[in-house]
Amino acid sequence: MMATETAAPMTEPAETAEAIVRSVRSVCDPEIPVLTIADLGILRSVEVEAAAEADETAEGKETGEGKETGGTAGLRAHVVITPTYSGCPAMETIRVDVQRAARAAGATEVDVELVFSPAWTTDWMSDEGKAKLDAYGIAPPTGKAAAGPIGLSMAVKCPLCHSLNTTELSRFGSTACKALYRCSDCLEPFDYFKVH
Amino acid sequence: MSTETNPTPEAEAHAPEAYETVEPAPPVQPAAQGMPTVGDELEVDPLLPGAGVPLTATITSVPSEDVARYALMLGDDALITAQRLGELVAKGPELEEDIALTNIALDQLGAARMFLQYAGRGLDKTEDELAYFRDEAEFRSCALVEQPNGDFGQTIAKVLLTSLYQQLLYRGLLDSSDEFLAAVAAKSIKEVDYHVEHASMWTVRLGDGTEESHRRMQAGLEMMWPYVDELFNDSPCADLIDSGVAVSPASLREEFDARLAEILQTATLRVPEIPPARGQGRFGLHSPHLGYILAEMQVLARQHPGATW
Repeated sequence: MMATETAAPMTEPAETAEAIVRSVRSVCDPEIPVLTIADLGILRSVEVEAAAEADETAEGKETGEGKETGGTAGLRAHVVITPTYSGCPAMETIRVDVQRAARAAGATEVDVELVFSPAWTTDWMSDEGKAKLDAYGIAPPTGKAAAGPIGLSMAVKCPLCHSLNTTELSRFGSTACKALYRCSDCLEPFDYFKVH
Repeated sequence: MSTETNPTPEAEAHAPEAYETVEPAPPVQPAAQGMPTVGDELEVDPLLPGAGVPLTATITSVPSEDVARYALMLGDDALITAQRLGELVAKGPELEEDIALTNIALDQLGAARMFLQYAGRGLDKTEDELAYFRDEAEFRSCALVEQPNGDFGQTIAKVLLTSLYQQLLYRGLLDSSDEFLAAVAAKSIKEVDYHVEHASMWTVRLGDGTEESHRRMQAGLEMMWPYVDELFNDSPCADLIDSGVAVSPASLREEFDARLAEILQTATLRVPEIPPARGQGRFGLHSPHLGYILAEMQVLARQHPGATW
């Protein structure tokens, strides 16, 4: 009896809502695709609720297939994101990716909100995210963002040979959030995700 | 041509004339796990409202016209700084510095967008209308940020003076009674701190470097010096200073001079003794430089109004 009830998959709004949240959390940063926007702390919140009215785009479709979900009110996802650096050019791409991910998981409406406050900091990066960065070849931020005028710069560990004997080649790197370093032991250059 | 078919290159090469009549072939590349195919993207894209439209900040309070004009002044300084530094894309003195200066430009552009979006809410304009469809007399930027990049000494002198001023200004704005301006300041100050560090390090390296680098760094400072005074004039925002929205620029001068003197002393450079130019940028009077900057910045938007891509 139980089995027949659960046999209708993904029609339970609560299940779909969970899937939407999971799907949005798994969106990758377009410039550092090894990290999700959740790992980076770019994703501030995801809320899923019943849509106020039936989704227009689903209704507008004249295909017979769409009828299945057409009867229910649909789910609206409200997603809040914040940029790493104020000029980060990836935000538009992230918006589109978030919309796509939420819709793929069953959302009928998605709205993406951009906020600037509180200001993003590398302190929000998850430990899992830092480990992924390191495995990917980018040295993760070395400490907490300092409140004072100039932070103490700590030794940056080479993500390849793990030596602390590294030097900064360039204070700015391939994206706003990175600097370029070189390992003085294995001689490989590498990106460092700056403490911010 | 159907967008859903995905013919193999062979099919196209060998039988082009028969192409329209062949049955749609199954996709050549089965979708790798999670990888969208071209067909998927074409189906999904029409469902995305707002694609190609700039993502703008959530602004919950509409600023008064005075506050909007103050935001415009802050935004114009950042915007013109960004546009000037953007001229150095692929023209920096070395690859690392090319990247550094244009990263600074990107941060400034980010700040400019936040300020202009906010100003736009109060003035009923979009950020693009403010950036691309105002003429020189409507801009409120100071003369310092309009100055040409010149040689590297001049560029660094300009970045140093601008970022040192912005650092103190944004620090003051953290306590602004206007929440949005305080939030922009909190976001941008972390970036500007890094700009100050970068420009200070180069100032010391060049000033305390070779005879030639010292001469050029000193010359750069002297060329920019007449435009410093304008930054610290309270009159463009006097009412807003009283109401706690704006920071009094004049109140920042002492600390600006002290910090600059310390950097210049380390760099073995002199604080210039050159009388100030009569800067009226805050009132819409600009040097001829601004017209050229705007021409380059605005030409595309004016040729193709409303274009998105």
